[in-house]
Amino acid sequence: MTATTESITLDVHEMGVTEVNRALRALPDGSSATLTQIRGAHNLAVGLTNKIHITVEGSTGYYLGGLCDGPDITVNGSPGPGLGENLMSGTIRVNGNSSSAAGATAHGGLIIVSGDVSSRAAISFKGGTLAVAGDCGHMSAFMAQAGTLLIGGNAGESLGDSLYEAVVYVGGKVRSLGADARTEDLTEADVAKVRELIEKSGFDHINPENVTKVASAKQLYNFDALKNQRY
Amino acid sequence: MTHQDNPALRESATFPQDMISMVQTMARTGRYEIRGWGAKRKLPSFDDLSFITASVSRYPLEGYRERCETKTVLGTRFATKPLELDIPITIAGMSFGSLSAHAKDALGRAATNVGTSTTTGDGGMTEEERRASKHLVYQCLPSRYGFRPEHVRAADAIEVVVGQGAKPGGGGMLLGQKVSERVASMRTLPAGVDQRSASRHPDWTGPDDLTIKIAELREATNWETPIYVKCGATRTYNDVKLAIAAGADVVVVDGMQGGTGATQDVFIEHTGIPTLPAVRLAAEAIRDVGMTGKVQLIVSGGIRTGADIAKAIALGADAVSIGVASLIALGCNSPYYEKDGVKHDVTADYHALGTAPGYCHECQTGACPVGITTQTPELMDRLDPDEAARRMTNYLKALTMELTTLARACGKNDVHHLEPEDLVALTIEAAAMAKVPLAGTSWIPGNGL
Repeated sequence: MTATTESITLDVHEMGVTEVNRALRALPDGSSATLTQIRGAHNLAVGLTNKIHITVEGSTGYYLGGLCDGPDITVNGSPGPGLGENLMSGTIRVNGNSSSAAGATAHGGLIIVSGDVSSRAAISFKGGTLAVAGDCGHMSAFMAQAGTLLIGGNAGESLGDSLYEAVVYVGGKVRSLGADARTEDLTEADVAKVRELIEKSGFDHINPENVTKVASAKQLYNFDALKNQRY
Repeated sequence: MTHQDNPALRESATFPQDMISMVQTMARTGRYEIRGWGAKRKLPSFDDLSFITASVSRYPLEGYRERCETKTVLGTRFATKPLELDIPITIAGMSFGSLSAHAKDALGRAATNVGTSTTTGDGGMTEEERRASKHLVYQCLPSRYGFRPEHVRAADAIEVVVGQGAKPGGGGMLLGQKVSERVASMRTLPAGVDQRSASRHPDWTGPDDLTIKIAELREATNWETPIYVKCGATRTYNDVKLAIAAGADVVVVDGMQGGTGATQDVFIEHTGIPTLPAVRLAAEAIRDVGMTGKVQLIVSGGIRTGADIAKAIALGADAVSIGVASLIALGCNSPYYEKDGVKHDVTADYHALGTAPGYCHECQTGACPVGITTQTPELMDRLDPDEAARRMTNYLKALTMELTTLARACGKNDVHHLEPEDLVALTIEAAAMAKVPLAGTSWIPGNGL
């Protein structure tokens, strides 16, 4: 028997975060939920595995959509730090800005932010994708291992410090590169990847053939003190 | 020529032979030493304490016959499913990657045999480990290598690792020779890179953030799973209070004798405080915030014997964790490995690493002669997981017997009833650090008496 899908509205202030999360967890795949009266609540919609659609009407605190593996989330507001941290799959679309460590350690999924993000965006990325229409703060993509960060605007200091295999594309200017990060020429595959992200995000102010690609120089993959490696 | 040959030879206390060797190695290679194990220098320790067991004024329990409870419950503060262990001795977090799959499997099976927990490490949870371990603690480390929500849900407890005793304030390091295809795949890294583990968490930066992080993990586990916070022992009193304020069910304090798979020697030997003062400070912090009996304390760092465990519990720990000692039980530093009842001498393999059985701390090389800290298939095969699990089970049982022997002699029918009053210190340093009286006196340095 297939569970009937539901469409519900949850008042976060009235119910509290734990009850909201329990209600979300109980929804059958294909259901939708609208969260209201957010008032900056932390840890909303975390650890969910069901394929539901959640609309968040307002700005949240930390870790919105963290540890999720399934739902699609739309935020009409600005989430706090750690948006979609450790995301495994699904989409988080933010109609607003986001704070630090957006998408931290995400293994998969797609996070789209229509405004700016703060420092350490895509930190320790493990395969996720983060597309930002505007600017990102310093130390973004720090120690990013796999995945893609697209910045439509400008990137702050030390972009891509200690990068592994993740790749960053920047439409605007890069304030400075971090240790072991370098710019590389765009390949056709890069352009195709950026174009695909533009289509998904709707960020058509970005020209896929005119972005700066930042990747690891791979000079620090193995330590060698006698090579005067710099960190 | 040695000192035995010529008594006139005088070794410098400032530059003994091992220091001369270290300086010359740095001069030759331009790098510092990275190694495994914990602090090797002599530190104030549980050996500097002794139990004042029962006599006229106290009534002992019969050593072998009378029941002495060892059951240990961890995570009673917020978690709705606390961890119920049969003994207060747990296996510390050690990664698959640093250890071979056989070693992790053996530790898991031994822990299950005696009803205690084992712990994942940097690099995530393996299927073998989950299968082998009845009680598995899942670490949430700064690197988040292999950190997956399904494993968060599959864990019996979650340990947020802020630091460890071997390298408080430092990150980790798995040198490229141990980053095999499987290890690399679990950590989302290219095989063969020197894999650094971050020193701080990517998505929180202070105790207020930690409060929210812990709440997130609780939301993701429906408030069922105990959450530990593990710190390397440094500012232990304040750290424990902050961990409790952040919502920890259990605080884990790892003293400077605590081991590592690979860290700079300068870190191992010159950071943190010994386990002896750390346990006392942590217990004081728990008491001072009114959480005795509500928040549990696990202590680790150089725990080897039932005496160490009994003393840690007497000073306020609810349980201990063992790391290096468990590897030794598996066969670490043995001159041979045993396969199908046949002993194979591997002394030459130790020599090839520039070391010898009894001195080896070359875990970082991945060339472990007895197949424990390696990812090389032919070396891994040297550790028979069945035999290793049997040895580890025996060791845990023997530790438990030592622990209960001392508890009974102190008149306790539950090991958790051991208390500071059961102890005296044999050195002034230990008396000051543990805040128990110097033997034969009522003097506790620092108490103003």
